[in-house]
Amino acid sequence: MSELQAEVQNSTQQISPLRQQLKEFWFYFSENKGAVVGLFFFLFIVLVAILADVISPHAPIEQYREFILIPPAWQEGGNWSFILGTDAVGRDMLSRLIHGSRYSLYTGCIVIAVTLTIGVSLGLSAGFFRGWWEVILMRIMDIILAVPSLLMALVLVAVLGPGLENAMIAISVTYLPHYVRLSRASAVAENARDYVTASRVAGAGKLRLMFITILPNCMAPLIVQATLSFSSAILDAAALGFLGMGAQPPTPEWGTMLAEAREFITSAWWVVTFPGLAILLTVLAINLMGDGLRDALDPKMKRS
Amino acid sequence: MIRFIISKLGLLIPTFIGVTLIAFAFIRVLPGDPIELLAGERGVSPERHAELMALFGFDKPMWEQYIIFLGNILQGDLGQSFITKQPVLDEFLTRFPATVELALCAIIFATLIGLPAGIIAAVKRGSAFDHSLMGVSLAGYSMPIFWWGLLLIILFSSPDMLGWTPVSGRMSAMFWVEPTTGFMLIDTLFFSEEEGAFGSAIHHLILPTIVLGTIPMAVIARQTRSAMLEVLGEDYVRTARAKGLPVGRVIGLHALRNALITVVTVIGLQVGVLLAGAILTESIFSWPGIGKWMVDAIFRRDYFAVQGGLIMVAGIVMIVNLVVDFLYGLINPRILHTR
Repeated sequence: MSELQAEVQNSTQQISPLRQQLKEFWFYFSENKGAVVGLFFFLFIVLVAILADVISPHAPIEQYREFILIPPAWQEGGNWSFILGTDAVGRDMLSRLIHGSRYSLYTGCIVIAVTLTIGVSLGLSAGFFRGWWEVILMRIMDIILAVPSLLMALVLVAVLGPGLENAMIAISVTYLPHYVRLSRASAVAENARDYVTASRVAGAGKLRLMFITILPNCMAPLIVQATLSFSSAILDAAALGFLGMGAQPPTPEWGTMLAEAREFITSAWWVVTFPGLAILLTVLAINLMGDGLRDALDPKMKRS
Repeated sequence: MIRFIISKLGLLIPTFIGVTLIAFAFIRVLPGDPIELLAGERGVSPERHAELMALFGFDKPMWEQYIIFLGNILQGDLGQSFITKQPVLDEFLTRFPATVELALCAIIFATLIGLPAGIIAAVKRGSAFDHSLMGVSLAGYSMPIFWWGLLLIILFSSPDMLGWTPVSGRMSAMFWVEPTTGFMLIDTLFFSEEEGAFGSAIHHLILPTIVLGTIPMAVIARQTRSAMLEVLGEDYVRTARAKGLPVGRVIGLHALRNALITVVTVIGLQVGVLLAGAILTESIFSWPGIGKWMVDAIFRRDYFAVQGGLIMVAGIVMIVNLVVDFLYGLINPRILHTR
């Protein structure tokens, strides 16, 4: 074995395929500066949510009756122990915002987990088994899509009763069709490929074919869709909270905080501005990240 | 073409029946029996309860109830509102023009800004304008519009700030406009004698239009940009340029026409987004349209109104989507032959 060959072998051994993939992913992802900014801001929010109890200066539902509607610290009449001011019953805005991040991220995670598992299973099975099962399933998805998602979610919450958990269930149902359609289409396309036939001939079972052979090859669009629905789920949950159908007061959920703050829009700008800003920045960060993911994972979907 | 439409219609009918099934199930899966729900906390005597059950047909077997329900829908009978005792269809139709007016203004606003912005960004790809437009449109796409509405109210309506625009409703209380078409702009312009009513209608429209149009505007700008970029890279565009045609003509005539195929579809698909957005926008601005009506109906437990509204909204979305499909086939004949 010549020296050169040994060297080549050495270097390929050092970098495992997984690390190679990750490296390649990061290369494309980091080309998009916005995506990197989005990623870091998102990690920051995750950190805030994890450390909420440690870093928030007050308890989120503690009411300081002598400090009602105190403006932010830098304004006249502000108080440095309430940096972003207090709301109408004297609760610290900053602490409520910090704790609010938990509810938003929690909502996003649960909605994705539910829709991804159920939607992908249904979609793959539809694309794999075809026939009447596929027809019925896709018609049901069409029905869900025919109703605007927020209206569908509102009606579902009306049936289930208001609350954050029910809002998450309702949102998951309205997002399901996207995953079912996406994974069905991929499964149909992949099913005709040779490698699938090969593993079928080799005796792979149906479940193995669906989840181990086909699924990894349809992951890219699903991951991108998942990021998009993460941010939409946060928006929709906040919208339901705003309409009084999501998380119920005194939960420091951002949308619910906005609903409580509505009557003070002319007198106390900070109770309205900050929760909305928190929603906007979080959603923006995730969408930026989603753009980068799309570029890195699926060059076909890349917008020129 | 006819085959194309028939195949689309064939998909539509089972979907619509599915929607009626959901709407039918809606009242029946609510916890508790429907009469107690409708009566609310007051409760009803057992005799009255039985009477009402018979009146609404809840005592019949499920399948029979559904057949009657479907038959009524096909005859345009969506039941009666439990609160106002008015037919649900009438209630819906009196409010519908308000939503259509707002949605049309919003989509016009979104297209007027989003389309040219997307074209310029594509032509000047990589420029500062391109980058900032993409940033703004991503922010618009990520916007919680219920907060955006409140912010605009603080800025433009609050007397401490600019105090330019009114906060709620469609018309100042000074005027009484008899609804002729239900479209406030048309009614005040052609059918009303009142001086200044038209101006007031426009004034009331500005903020809701911006709020409802923000997300469609962002989507249209982004999609126009990417559709234009794709088309600008095509050979026939290069040929047109090589022939020495002026740049404006190449962009406006050769490139834009093909890019519009994508853009028209995108605009059409915003209808569902607009109706969902109308729920929030109308709630913020007390706009008397169907979005606010449905939220109010949910809160007042007026379940027949919710049920009827659900069917109507779904039906409208489906019809609009069909029209968009049709238009798409019309401007892009390729799609008709690939099926």
